[in-house]
Amino acid sequence: MKKVQFKSKYTQYIFLAPTLIIISIFLYLPIVQTFRDAFTTQDAFGFGRFFAGWDNFKFVLSDPSYLVALKFTFIYIFVITVISCSLGLLLAVQANKVIHGKSAYKTLLIWPYAIAPAVVGVTAQYFFSERFGILYALFNSLWGFDWTANIFDAYIYLFIAGSWKQISANFIFFLAGLQTIQKSVIEASLIDCRSSLRRFWTITFPLLMPTTFFLVIINITYGFFDTFGIIDTTTIGAPSGETKTLVYKAYIDGFRGLDLGAAGAQSIIMMLLVLIITIIQFRYIEGRIHYN
Amino acid sequence: MSFINLKNVVKVYPDGTQAILNSSLSIEKGELVVFVGPSGCGKSTLLRMIAGLEDVTEGEIDLDGNRINEIDPSERDIAMVFQNYALYPHMSVYNNIAYGLRSRGIKKLEIEAQVTNVSELLQIGDLLSKKPGQLSGGQRQRVAMGRAIARDPKVFLFDEPLSNLDAKLRVQVRLEIKKLQRKMGTTSIFVTHDQTEAMTLGDRLVVMNKGVMEQVGTPMEIYYHPKTKFVAEFIGTPSMNFITGSIKDKTFKASSFAVPAKYEDKDDVILGVRPEDISITKATTGVKCKVELIEKLGSSTVIYCVDMKENQLCVSTQSRASVEVGDTIHISTNNKALHFFDRETSKALTK
Repeated sequence: MKKVQFKSKYTQYIFLAPTLIIISIFLYLPIVQTFRDAFTTQDAFGFGRFFAGWDNFKFVLSDPSYLVALKFTFIYIFVITVISCSLGLLLAVQANKVIHGKSAYKTLLIWPYAIAPAVVGVTAQYFFSERFGILYALFNSLWGFDWTANIFDAYIYLFIAGSWKQISANFIFFLAGLQTIQKSVIEASLIDCRSSLRRFWTITFPLLMPTTFFLVIINITYGFFDTFGIIDTTTIGAPSGETKTLVYKAYIDGFRGLDLGAAGAQSIIMMLLVLIITIIQFRYIEGRIHYN
Repeated sequence: MSFINLKNVVKVYPDGTQAILNSSLSIEKGELVVFVGPSGCGKSTLLRMIAGLEDVTEGEIDLDGNRINEIDPSERDIAMVFQNYALYPHMSVYNNIAYGLRSRGIKKLEIEAQVTNVSELLQIGDLLSKKPGQLSGGQRQRVAMGRAIARDPKVFLFDEPLSNLDAKLRVQVRLEIKKLQRKMGTTSIFVTHDQTEAMTLGDRLVVMNKGVMEQVGTPMEIYYHPKTKFVAEFIGTPSMNFITGSIKDKTFKASSFAVPAKYEDKDDVILGVRPEDISITKATTGVKCKVELIEKLGSSTVIYCVDMKENQLCVSTQSRASVEVGDTIHISTNNKALHFFDRETSKALTK
C-alpha cells in the first residue's frame, strides 16, 4: 500500500472533521443536554431553570407509572427476543435446507427487515383495528380479545407487531451463521448421530452461539430503543400506560408532559441499565461461547 | 460373497453432471482399498456414496450382505475420517470421541472404557480435555482417527486424511494408519490423489478417471501392467514416457528409433516406457539425445532430454551420472519393460 505523508500537521483533522462534527452535534451534544436536563428543573413555559440535584431521579424512581413501564420494558424485551430469535432460527434452519429457489426464500424472508418500525406499527394496525382488523376479529371471536381494555391483549398486539420485523433480522444473521459451520462437521455428525433434533442441539446450536449471543444483544438494544415507532403507531400505551416502554415514557413525559427533568433522568437511568446488561453479557456469557 | 459390493453404481447430480459412470467393485473383508485419481475423478463422490452422504442415482451398494442404498449414514456402521478432520470444535477431545457412542445410547462406563482404550492406542491420553482448536494438525488427525475407531465400525472410510499434513508427518501418519489397519483388521477404503500414498497403503488400488474405474488391482499389478494409458501415466513418478509410432513385423517404429514389440501390426500405437527403464549407454548404438534439464534427488537423478526428432524423454537413473545440461547422451530401453497402447482407445495392446 502506498503511504501518504501529509505536510501539514492539521490535514488529518480536516479529514476527520465531517464525522466529528456530525457525531458531536447529534450524539455528544444531546448527551450533555440530557445530563443538564436531568439535574435541573425547568418551569413549564421554559422561562427559568435551576439546579435540582437528585430530585428528578427521586421523583422518577418513586413514580408508580415508571415502575410499570420498567416492568413492561423487560417483559417486552424478553418475549420479543425469545420469539424473534427462535422463529428466526427455525426459518434459517429450514431455509438452509432448501435447495431449489433458495434465494427467493431468503429475499422474501429478509424484506420485513427493511421496513421502518413506524411503518411496521401502521401495518400492524390494519391487523388489530377494532373495525377491520383480521387478527382482531379472529382473537375476538376466540376469547373476546380487546387490546384497548385488556392489558394482556395489548401485550399480544405489541409482541406480534414488535417481533415480526425482528424475525427477519434474526433470520438473516442465523442463516449467515449456519453457513459458517463447516459442512464436513455437519456430515461427521450425520454419521455419528441419527436423530436430527439431537444433532441440532448438540452440534449446530452450540456452533451458532456466537451468532445467538450477538443477536441477543441486538434484540435487547432493539427492545430498549427501537420500539418507539411501533408503540406510537399502535397502542400508544393503551389500555392506560401499561404498554409504555421506558423510551416511550421518556418521550411522553418530556415532550408531551414537558417535564424535561424527569425525561432526562429517565434517559440516564436507561443508559445505566443498558450498560449493566451489556457488561453482564460480555463478562459472564461470552466466556462460555466457542468462537470458530 | 464379498464384504462390500458396488453393483453398476451411477451418480448423476441434479444439474446433469455425471460423477460416476456404471462402476462395479467388490471389496473383501479386512482389505484396505485405495481409490486414487486426479481431482474431479469421482473418487470422493464414490466414497461419500458408500458413507451415505450422497444419494446413489442408480445401482446398488451392499455392505455385509445387506443393501445399504437407503440406510441412514448413522445406521450403516461405517466411520469416516475427513480431509479437514471435521472435529466438533466446541467439544473436548474426549467428547469428540464419545459423541458417536453417546448418541447410540451406550452406557457411560462403557463409553469411558472405550475412550480410554482408543486414546491409549493412539497415544492421545493427555489431550482428552483439550479442545480441537488447541491441537496441532497431527494431533487433530489422531483424534479424528480415534473418533472413527471408538465405534468399532465395519468399515473405515478415509477421505484424503493426510493432505493437510506436512510432508514428513504425512509419511509418518501413513505408516501408522497402515499398521493400525493391519492390527484391527477392519475393512477400509482410502481416498487420495497422491499415487505414492496409494501405492504404499493399498492392498488393492482403484485408479479412477472421469467417473470411471480405469483399473483395479494390487499396486504391483497396476505399476507393471497398466491396462490404460491413463493408469500408466498417473501411477509412477516421474511419469511414464510416451512416444507415438506404429508396429510392423514385430517391431515398434518411432520417428527416431525402433524397439521389438511382439504384437500384431498396427498403426497409431503409443509406446510407454518408465523413466527408470531407460538407461544411459556408453555405446553410440542407443538413441541420441540432448539433455535439457537435470533434477538431482540424491538417491536418483532425473534427466529430461529430447531426441533428434523432438521427442521429450525422461530418464531416471540410480547411478550418479556425470551429465550436464546441454550434453549429448545415448540412451537405451529395457525391452522387457515396454508398454504399448492403442492410440485411439488408450487401452493396452493385447497379444
